[in-house]
Amino acid sequence: MAAPTQDRPHDPGLRTRGRAGWGDPLFRWITMLAGASVLVILAVMMGRTAFQSLPIWQAEGIIGFLTGDTWSVGQSRSEVTGTYGALPFIYGTVKVSLIAVVIAVPMAVAISLFINEIAPEWLRKPLAYLTDTLAMVPSIVIAMVAVFFFIPVISDPIARFLVDTPLSQIPLFEGPAQRASYWSAGLMLSIMILPIITAVTRETFAKTPAAEKQAAYAMGATGFEVMRHIVVPRGFAGMVGGTMLGVGRALGETMVVAFVVGSSQRMDTSIFFGGDAIAAVIYNTYATSSPEGIWGLLALGVTLFAMTTIVNIAARLIVMRSGRVTGDAAV
Amino acid sequence: MTTEATSTSRTADDAAPRSIHELQRNASRRRRTSQVVSVVLLGAMVLGTAPLVIIIWQVAVNSGDALGPTLAGVWQFLTQVEPLSYREVGGGYAHGIVGTLYMTGVAAVMVIPLGLAAAIYLVDHGHGAFAKLVRLFTDVMTGVPSIFVGLAVYALLVGTMGFGTFVGAVALSIIMLPIVVRTAEEMLHLVPPDLRAASLALGARHWQTTLKVVLPAAGPGVITGCMLAVARAAGETAPLILTAFGARAIQLSLQDGQGQADIGVLMADGLRQPFDAGIERAWAGGLMLVVIVLSLTVIARLINRRSQLEA
Repeated sequence: MAAPTQDRPHDPGLRTRGRAGWGDPLFRWITMLAGASVLVILAVMMGRTAFQSLPIWQAEGIIGFLTGDTWSVGQSRSEVTGTYGALPFIYGTVKVSLIAVVIAVPMAVAISLFINEIAPEWLRKPLAYLTDTLAMVPSIVIAMVAVFFFIPVISDPIARFLVDTPLSQIPLFEGPAQRASYWSAGLMLSIMILPIITAVTRETFAKTPAAEKQAAYAMGATGFEVMRHIVVPRGFAGMVGGTMLGVGRALGETMVVAFVVGSSQRMDTSIFFGGDAIAAVIYNTYATSSPEGIWGLLALGVTLFAMTTIVNIAARLIVMRSGRVTGDAAV
Repeated sequence: MTTEATSTSRTADDAAPRSIHELQRNASRRRRTSQVVSVVLLGAMVLGTAPLVIIIWQVAVNSGDALGPTLAGVWQFLTQVEPLSYREVGGGYAHGIVGTLYMTGVAAVMVIPLGLAAAIYLVDHGHGAFAKLVRLFTDVMTGVPSIFVGLAVYALLVGTMGFGTFVGAVALSIIMLPIVVRTAEEMLHLVPPDLRAASLALGARHWQTTLKVVLPAAGPGVITGCMLAVARAAGETAPLILTAFGARAIQLSLQDGQGQADIGVLMADGLRQPFDAGIERAWAGGLMLVVIVLSLTVIARLINRRSQLEA
């Protein structure tokens, strides 16, 4: 009489009475709240800094703040008396990041290809660890070595050499070369973003189907031809995404830039001239700022957050297309 | 190598089918290109590892002045606080070491349970639109500039609580959160579904399965992720300048509004002064920081490797 049913029972869970039935829903809610906390923390940080910097936005206007080229901090405790134009810092941040990317991306691609395609099997993992380890070096330590070694021994001689060549006719490479400059900061940043770009590029290169590579080798392709025509095109999305993640890191890097960028707001076209960046000015002037100056720095912070978040979301969406890259969280 | 021989022989008997061992005419050029590229890539690899070697070498060499020739100098650096003047030789970073470990520890206690719970949510219920949003913003959060985290925590907490250990730890925990969530999620995904199914089939509840079967199975990997997050937090300086501020003595209170010292912050202060003694101490502090961070990283990787061998 009982007809066989294909429907699943309405209550597939364990049957129980009393408190024990609460366990799963409760656990689910707790973990979901934890997941939501990520969104809440981001929203609260953004909201609070935007709210506290409101007087600046009201006084300058969003466009006025982003395009003004004068940053003159007032000493007031309750009203906006200075002029707040963030353009020199935005200009410097973008310029320094671009220098870093131009240096780091070819290096990262070359290192990824070497590790994946040329290095012997047993050496691949150690080499990957080695490149990742650079990312774990604290930025203050890199800043210190930059001030006492990298700048005087490497970056400064290169700059001095370049301004004596015909290249210096181009405004971008005009002399005189200063020690603390966009170039010095960019070169140091390239060291700091190399690991993340390498990590993402390496992972996407490694996803190249082995059959495609073997087919190319079977047709007589050389190692270089396989890289050029199979591996790099396959990993192109990863390269772009990794580059953008690198840009995101470069935009927000503080300690190294603060020590070597030169703190000048002249917005010179030459990369060998001193400049300033958003994160650097926040760090360098925070301790001596009046309450009004702090609002200005908070407004700069909101600008920086917006810039990095836009770049990061775009990067993640690109990287996600070619499958989620694992293991780059700590890089 | 044998290219010349083959090219001459080819003209001699052109009609004969070419052996597979003979090379095409442009083969030597293509092979040479490939070899040149290999050498260039090797050069890039060497150049890419040079910064790490230089950094470690510079820090090791320059920290000798403050740490002294004997172990007594090291002991002094670890147990004494910095003298009031940057000109004065001697003293150490005891307050900074205490501060760094204290703040990192408090941050870890706050963030690891939260991060693990969030990772469990993403693994267990990770298919909905909300979970996708959480996952995307966790990824985005890994790229939030640490100086912005410092500014935001300053705006949120310093006005009411003042500077101190707890406020600094909050900033560090925000930096650690996405690292813990992402690495834990990846490790939990690696747990074989059979294990979960077996546990559920034996009548365990969902939460029991997750906490008593899945989480222990992913244990080593999860610990690795947490240690990498701790290492990252221990090396942070920028956000702490706005939240811990710094101190000139060992601070043991959790939050008294007086500020807490940190190795990185002390280094940044010493580095700015034109006095040799302060700069020498900053180098020694750098060595301390590198040792702490890199040993955590190496131990974390060793733990993870063991788990992969077992799997």
